[in-house]
Amino acid sequence: MDIKIALPKGRLLSKTASLLQIAGWGMDGYHEGARLYHLKSSTYPNLSAKMFHERDIPIQVAIGNYDLGICGRDWVEELLAKYPNSSVIKVADLGYGTGSLYMVSGLADADMNALRRRAERGTVRVASEYANLAESSALKERLSRFSIFPVWGGAEAYPPEDADLALISVSADAEMLSMGMVPVARVLDFSTYLIANQNSWGVKDLNKMIASICEGCGRLPADKERQEETGTRREMTWLSRREKDGLIRLALPDGHQQAPMLQLLEKAGIKIEDYPSATGNRRPDIGIEGVAVKVIRPQDMPLQVANGNFDLAITGRDWLADHLYQFPSSPVQELLDLKSGKVRVVAVVSQEMPVADVADLRKFIGGMTVPFRVASEYVNIADRYARDNHFGRYRVIPTWGATEAFLPDDADLLIENTETGRTIARHNLKIVDTLFESTACIIGSTRIKTDSVKAEKAKSIVEALRTAVEGR
Amino acid sequence: MRVQKCKGTRDLSPDEMARFRIIEEVFRERCLRWGYQEVRTPTIEYLHLFTSAGTLTPSMLGKVYSFLDWDGWSGERVVLRPDGTIPVARLYIDAMAGKGLARLFYVTNTFIFEETGKKTRERWQCGTELIGVNTPASDAELIVLALEILNKLKLKNVTLRLSHAGLIKALLERLDLSPEEQERVFDRILDGDARALAGMRIDKAELDSILLPLLNLKGHSSGFLKNLRAISARSLPEFEPYLNNFIDVVSILENLGIKYQIDIASGAGFEYYTGIIFQLYSGREKIGGGGRYDNLIPAMGGGDVPASGFALYIDRLMNLVEPEIWKKPVPPSVLVRSEADAEMKEAFDAASLLRDAGYTVAFDLGSGEPTDTRWLLEIRGKKPKYVLRDKFEPRAIEAETINEVMAVIEEKSGHQDSPAERAPS
Repeated sequence: MDIKIALPKGRLLSKTASLLQIAGWGMDGYHEGARLYHLKSSTYPNLSAKMFHERDIPIQVAIGNYDLGICGRDWVEELLAKYPNSSVIKVADLGYGTGSLYMVSGLADADMNALRRRAERGTVRVASEYANLAESSALKERLSRFSIFPVWGGAEAYPPEDADLALISVSADAEMLSMGMVPVARVLDFSTYLIANQNSWGVKDLNKMIASICEGCGRLPADKERQEETGTRREMTWLSRREKDGLIRLALPDGHQQAPMLQLLEKAGIKIEDYPSATGNRRPDIGIEGVAVKVIRPQDMPLQVANGNFDLAITGRDWLADHLYQFPSSPVQELLDLKSGKVRVVAVVSQEMPVADVADLRKFIGGMTVPFRVASEYVNIADRYARDNHFGRYRVIPTWGATEAFLPDDADLLIENTETGRTIARHNLKIVDTLFESTACIIGSTRIKTDSVKAEKAKSIVEALRTAVEGR
Repeated sequence: MRVQKCKGTRDLSPDEMARFRIIEEVFRERCLRWGYQEVRTPTIEYLHLFTSAGTLTPSMLGKVYSFLDWDGWSGERVVLRPDGTIPVARLYIDAMAGKGLARLFYVTNTFIFEETGKKTRERWQCGTELIGVNTPASDAELIVLALEILNKLKLKNVTLRLSHAGLIKALLERLDLSPEEQERVFDRILDGDARALAGMRIDKAELDSILLPLLNLKGHSSGFLKNLRAISARSLPEFEPYLNNFIDVVSILENLGIKYQIDIASGAGFEYYTGIIFQLYSGREKIGGGGRYDNLIPAMGGGDVPASGFALYIDRLMNLVEPEIWKKPVPPSVLVRSEADAEMKEAFDAASLLRDAGYTVAFDLGSGEPTDTRWLLEIRGKKPKYVLRDKFEPRAIEAETINEVMAVIEEKSGHQDSPAERAPS
């Protein structure tokens, strides 16, 4: 009987790879430089593996695409917080990759009682990658009025100005202090777990794999003792409410878009310090009077501009489209095309699927007896695409990166971005449709018009960047 | 691909709708006669309406259908109405605040996620809210009204169980529990876990040895409560106001000759209950319940307005009402057939006259389907204008006017067992 396991990319990869080596699985393709996501075991001929973003693993195991999985318990609990009857069993605590989830605030004197009182008067805003756990914690703490900002990353950048709380994951308590955050509630302590699908557990013989992993993790070199040192909290200068008057709030991207962004700012004659930051500073100083900068994920920017936390943000048109499909009456609009970071948003299928274009695809779906599965990081674009093309009964599977891994077993179609198409070809996939081209752009809110001083200032920043772009 | 309904939902067939409507009709008719006015609230409400302490228990909140609206970029969620009372309290605050007493009723669906999909996730209830008064007589009014509706529906073996949220809370305060634990036990009781109290262990000897066992006993008269009051007077003076209130309400019920069972430990209901809690059963099936919720409207910012109410569970009542209640006699029904399209106008006119006279009239659409309609009326372009056929007689009857047709039907439809008298099965 074939056995499938979902293995993590990212932070748990190297430890997990050593574990599998000790356990003698012969999973040679599983290492940091892996370029293919499908793996075979040379020890167990019936065992295959696929690499996923850690967050996708509990979901993939719960829906039965995989018999086993290795991931942090934080993501298992995130699934169970919303779907407590998910078919996933926690088999063994593997001990490494430990951390904690904390509700944190940016204010030194924050406590839950004060927040509860605040929730009686207004809305308590919680930013987190763990949206389900954030919601269940807010309900459990009986916050009467709250809103959750599900973010792709960098949740700690939001408090105190743009959220009252963030639910974040840290591997040591000192991390919170270095972010300038204060813990308000400890939500969960976690480590890496071996998990199994409930049905597989009941009918398949998984004992050799489980035994070798459990035995192997005893032989793993121990993690460093959990450091509970207190240290001192990094002093941060938050923006006060007063400063917010007339202040332009600008969001700049983190990650690989920082280098081109820096170039553009230089070209426009705008100075910025500590961006990209080696110490994880998310509040670099910018050389324009009356402008405050925060560094957040481009995916999260349209929502943050819509709800008024930022006046200007630099993101991609793909993420703007995804936001506008979800919230058609959102006040966010594109102000300037920066003409950089060009990608195509495309529909991708396996080379084996006998379709060449959307019309073929529709015919193909018409003959299916099970729902058609569309996997994408762009949930709303994918949903809209499936709807507009009359895909009939379909499901959108949200992913958190490495979407190519989903085809052909775990999804039928991807909505993906690609620069050159090479990654797609390497994974034995083909493009059947191009939805649109996306470049970096400046976005802003139509609501800024109500404040003429701010509107004027925002316009001058956009114009400075326009000159820089056109002078290219 | 096979079409199917959503997991956890149900369709109502014509028969089931007949049951549904009769329950609704009896409920509405009684409420109107008692001076209650009907309201309807939206299916979608803000989540925060239901999240403050003292509204829904966390276990219920974990099952509400919540989502971001199309303009939900602020991150604030909306829900499909998980409860009938809170939206009505919201409506009162929105539109009726300061107007004093309000007697309101509603027929509504509520939505609660049930993961297995075996039970229905959309439930129907009919309920009343009596807002702006907190006398024992107002509690009794609701109980009597609820029993009267069940009586009109001819439900058998209806029993009334009483408890008191104030009493349960006062008791929990005396147990050595943290505020969080108190809340949890209270929520367990409200979620219907009758053993939540029985399992408690208390250090105070008098409570442990005397009071808890007594609270777990069931009583059938105000005497039971008076006995409780007597033993608790010295050691638990804070019980007294709740016991007095409880005694006042049951005394009225006793006066009216209403039988009840006091079962303090089984106070199933909502976290917003503060006073009397009543549950209605038919046999072992719970068919409704209600209670006093004096703190809900204040907690929602509506000022110091007391209230109480009840709801009857239509889905459960539908399985219990007898056919004699919902199979109402129907007037004679007639199938109208025209021989050619040219007679269509004649046919529609004749049908319209018959309907106005109280008959049920359908057209023969030529599909040749079998029908159990006794009367067939043929419309002809020539004399005789109408030919009426009776399923029970071989000879057709000819007529020139609709009045003649009606006279024949009326004369012959006298006997009870004719198909025209029988409701569709």
